[in-house]
Amino acid sequence: MPYFDKNGQTAHDASFYQQVKAASGTNIDRCYQCLTCSLGCPVTFAMDYLPNQLVRMVQLGLKQPTLASTTIWVCADCEACATRCPNDVEIVRLMDVLREMAQQKGIKGKEKTVAAFHHAFLGSIKRWGRQHELSTLMELKFKTADFFNDIELGIKMLLKGKLKLLPPRFGDVRGVRAIFQRIEKRLAEGERT
Amino acid sequence: MKYAYYPGCSLTSTATEYDLSVRAVCSSLGIELIELADWNCCGASSAHSTNRWLANALAGRNLALAERAGLNIAVACPACYVRLRTTSKEMKDNPRQRDELANLLDMPYEVKYSTRHLLDIIFHDIGPEELRKRVVKPLKTLKLACYYGCYLVRPPAVVAFDDPENPQSMDMLLEALGTEVRDWSGKVDCCGGSLSLSKREIASQLVADITEMAQRAGAQAIVTACPLCHSNLEMRQAAGKQNRLPIFYFTELIGLAIGITEARSWLKKHMISPLNLLASQGL
Repeated sequence: MPYFDKNGQTAHDASFYQQVKAASGTNIDRCYQCLTCSLGCPVTFAMDYLPNQLVRMVQLGLKQPTLASTTIWVCADCEACATRCPNDVEIVRLMDVLREMAQQKGIKGKEKTVAAFHHAFLGSIKRWGRQHELSTLMELKFKTADFFNDIELGIKMLLKGKLKLLPPRFGDVRGVRAIFQRIEKRLAEGERT
Repeated sequence: MKYAYYPGCSLTSTATEYDLSVRAVCSSLGIELIELADWNCCGASSAHSTNRWLANALAGRNLALAERAGLNIAVACPACYVRLRTTSKEMKDNPRQRDELANLLDMPYEVKYSTRHLLDIIFHDIGPEELRKRVVKPLKTLKLACYYGCYLVRPPAVVAFDDPENPQSMDMLLEALGTEVRDWSGKVDCCGGSLSLSKREIASQLVADITEMAQRAGAQAIVTACPLCHSNLEMRQAAGKQNRLPIFYFTELIGLAIGITEARSWLKKHMISPLNLLASQGL
């Protein structure tokens, strides 16, 4: 990623680094680029920047390329990086903060499916308090215009009773909806999360 | 041994066989599970990728419900397990946030009870020796690779009932059933379960790596304690491929070995049937 733009201006934003550091509560200054995170990461083959590079990008305040990266979305949250980091940098916490910022600021990179999945998944919880896999899947398929993959698999799962036609039901679903409302209110009021 | 049982969403749908086997095995081993009334989805990776307080509140509501019931929680799904434990640890370490969470939930929450995974409970509260005494049908000649995945062992600051790089609890329990447990290096690798629906190609690659590794180690099947690993390992093994590995839940094998009669009906729910494998081993 270019550190200088076309006009020779630096692309860095020091406040971005401060915000991420504060929100993640993890000391990213301690990273000494040993690459342990990236060597143990199972999904580097699908990333545009390696985890250690992303940490460096945050330190340099390279906000736009960091938040638009594919890396933050294909990270599988497996925690191998953070478990093995000799400096206790909680990289998954960092990824969470970056994903949260990218969504709040509406920054879309090349990778859009994972965020669409999260949206559908949370929509189901908001409606029913629990996951209804079938409607989450349908929403994801419509959002990403992906109609033909896994159809056979889905039918087999329906027949085996592994996908339920009807959404789940339980007593106090309102209690769960109220949580979403309070969170939405907090966000609308601009409170830092 | 009485727990508030938190099944989690998968155990009511894609992993009903896990739920059935957990309930039957625990009842037989004298672990009393009382389903947590009105439990909600823990939010999984979608909540913590979207908003930290949403993640804490969705997990926290279940923790507060268990506190109201006055019971420690037993969880079957490692993804739920890590979410519940992450929230309770953060709230324990930070009383001000704990109060903020109680406000957000509109429920009292004081972090008085703990959350344990069923593998931890069966391993530490029952143990391999006791389990060995209960075996009526040893699963001899069955060669297995125990697969722990991510959240049973990571992050160690949050979970930690077993070693994060070379866990042994499931291996020891299954050896007690008479099976031949293979040593292999894929135990704690990630199967990409959280990306199984959104990034199919990534999940398929990781599943191929894990199943090949298990086969090279001489395993005839993989054993898991995670509903997400289970469906991902079943769904993303290349369709039509010869010698696809069956995937068992550890509780299904305990059920078979201690002679629970309905154990075979759980196995019929699998997408890759293990029945031929069992028959070929005379089981």
